[in-house]
Amino acid sequence: MQRRVIFDNRALPYLLLAPQVAVTLIFFIWPAAQALWQSVHLQDAFGLRSQFVGLENFQAVLSDPNYLETVKTTIVFSASVTVLSLASALGLAVMADSKIRAAAAYKTLLIWPYALAPAVAAVLWMFIFNPDIGILGRALNNLGYAWDYRLNDGQALTMVILAASWKQVSYNFIFFLAGLQAIPRSVLEAASIDGAGAVRRFWTITFPLLSPTTFFLLVVNIVYAFFETFGTIHALTHGGPGKATETLIFRVYQDGVVNHDLGGSSAQSVILMVIVIALTAIQFRFVERKVHYS
Amino acid sequence: MTRDRDTPRSGGRLMDMVPHLILMLGVLIFAFPIYVTIIGSTWDAATIGRGNLPLTPGGEMLNNYASAWSESQGNRVMHTPVRIMMWNSLVMALVIALGKIAISIISAYAVAFFRFPLRMVFFWMIFITLMLPVEVRIIPTYEVVANLGLIDSYAGLTIPLIASATATLLFRQFFLTIPDELVEAAKIDGAGALRFFLDVVLPLSRTNIAALFVILFIYGWNQYLWPLLITNSAEMETVVIGITKMIGNGEAATDWNLIMATTVLAMLPPVGVVVLMQRWFVKGLVDSEK
Repeated sequence: MQRRVIFDNRALPYLLLAPQVAVTLIFFIWPAAQALWQSVHLQDAFGLRSQFVGLENFQAVLSDPNYLETVKTTIVFSASVTVLSLASALGLAVMADSKIRAAAAYKTLLIWPYALAPAVAAVLWMFIFNPDIGILGRALNNLGYAWDYRLNDGQALTMVILAASWKQVSYNFIFFLAGLQAIPRSVLEAASIDGAGAVRRFWTITFPLLSPTTFFLLVVNIVYAFFETFGTIHALTHGGPGKATETLIFRVYQDGVVNHDLGGSSAQSVILMVIVIALTAIQFRFVERKVHYS
Repeated sequence: MTRDRDTPRSGGRLMDMVPHLILMLGVLIFAFPIYVTIIGSTWDAATIGRGNLPLTPGGEMLNNYASAWSESQGNRVMHTPVRIMMWNSLVMALVIALGKIAISIISAYAVAFFRFPLRMVFFWMIFITLMLPVEVRIIPTYEVVANLGLIDSYAGLTIPLIASATATLLFRQFFLTIPDELVEAAKIDGAGALRFFLDVVLPLSRTNIAALFVILFIYGWNQYLWPLLITNSAEMETVVIGITKMIGNGEAATDWNLIMATTVLAMLPPVGVVVLMQRWFVKGLVDSEK
């Protein structure tokens, strides 16, 4: 945990830590404590008086059929984004890792979407799939398929899933490629000499050896789908039509910022904090285990 | 069949093509939306609005970029001139990236090279921020910023996002690998903690700093929810927010040509940084996340 040789100085370490600790206290710890406090209080319409209500806010949130619908949407959305972006990234990484010419060029061409803002990715998709002006949106309609993601729930959800996954593939690709390149060639060659074909080598050797990377990415992708896709959804569908593409984060924003329901929004925030803490804990236990292995 | 079909020596030519075909398909799926966007930025609003966007460049490119860049009004929508929004995004991205690196490197130095009361308390306090993304504490954080009078200011846009547990952990981990002998030698030479930091630790950290800078610059440039909350005035808008405001309800009667030009401009800095600094970017990503 600590180096053997250190410096002796009483005040300096505190000074060095001061900026980070100040920002953390003011903008992280204090607001999080506020969220906890608000989640067990009820404020009047003007925010002048508040009353302790215990777990009432949580009860109200969790028994709201609308909220449960949002939970369902979030699960469908996150699971689809995670599976879709992991699977396509793995496929592309395996191909880029095979000994082919121009592998470096493919790599460059595949990793840049990481740099796109989720909201900008949403705009690109909107421009293509807009039913009035988008090339593919119009093509779908011309083929006789009634495409309008602004009106149809299922189509809207499909759009946000595709746009969010599209952006995430490059991230997963980088990690899968790094993982693949860490697998010793000799193991694969030995299997190849023993007569294992490409597919068999992949499932019996490559895939198991990639499992730490896959597990890490699984957690990261769930976190991404939960928290970082706000921009995608906000830009593309604004949570609509109706509430068809409203995820948990979108709803915290909607209830808190747009509808000014502080207690409800805070209770939702606390529920989400529990989810993040659980995911982070899983991620770090995994990292620790991986350190033991290496 | 025990023939190895995967290596060129024994495989058929057709099988060699499979990786290329799949990768090209991948590239195509990523490149197509960008291509259409670039094409869209070279036509006039009416052509796009009719839904007849050709797949070849039109003649309005200079017009579109010039009016998106400097004017605040198209034929149909009002927007903040892109040069102002790009400037705001640039300031935000740079302050966040450099600020995060600066405060993380000194706090990691404090935790790694000193022993002092409450050391672990501070360490855990920083660590905990990993678990509190801004999305889950939107309202109270907004209230704090509002009470400090920082709405619609660069300080409000950047300082709340500047604490970084990831960067601190990364630097700390790196500092723990600096050999004790080096520290001993510096102490014998009479160098104090600050001298050692400036003359030895900082130069040794160059690669880590460069790698983190790329990632954090993109993180700052791409922020969405926070600027959406903190900026009300058009003068403070960032380009990512500006684009979605220009779209409004996404009707056909929108200046799609200007939106597409703005989108291309908004993509250039972060994508340019990733492509130009690819090596550092990948290193920073793989190091800082694992």
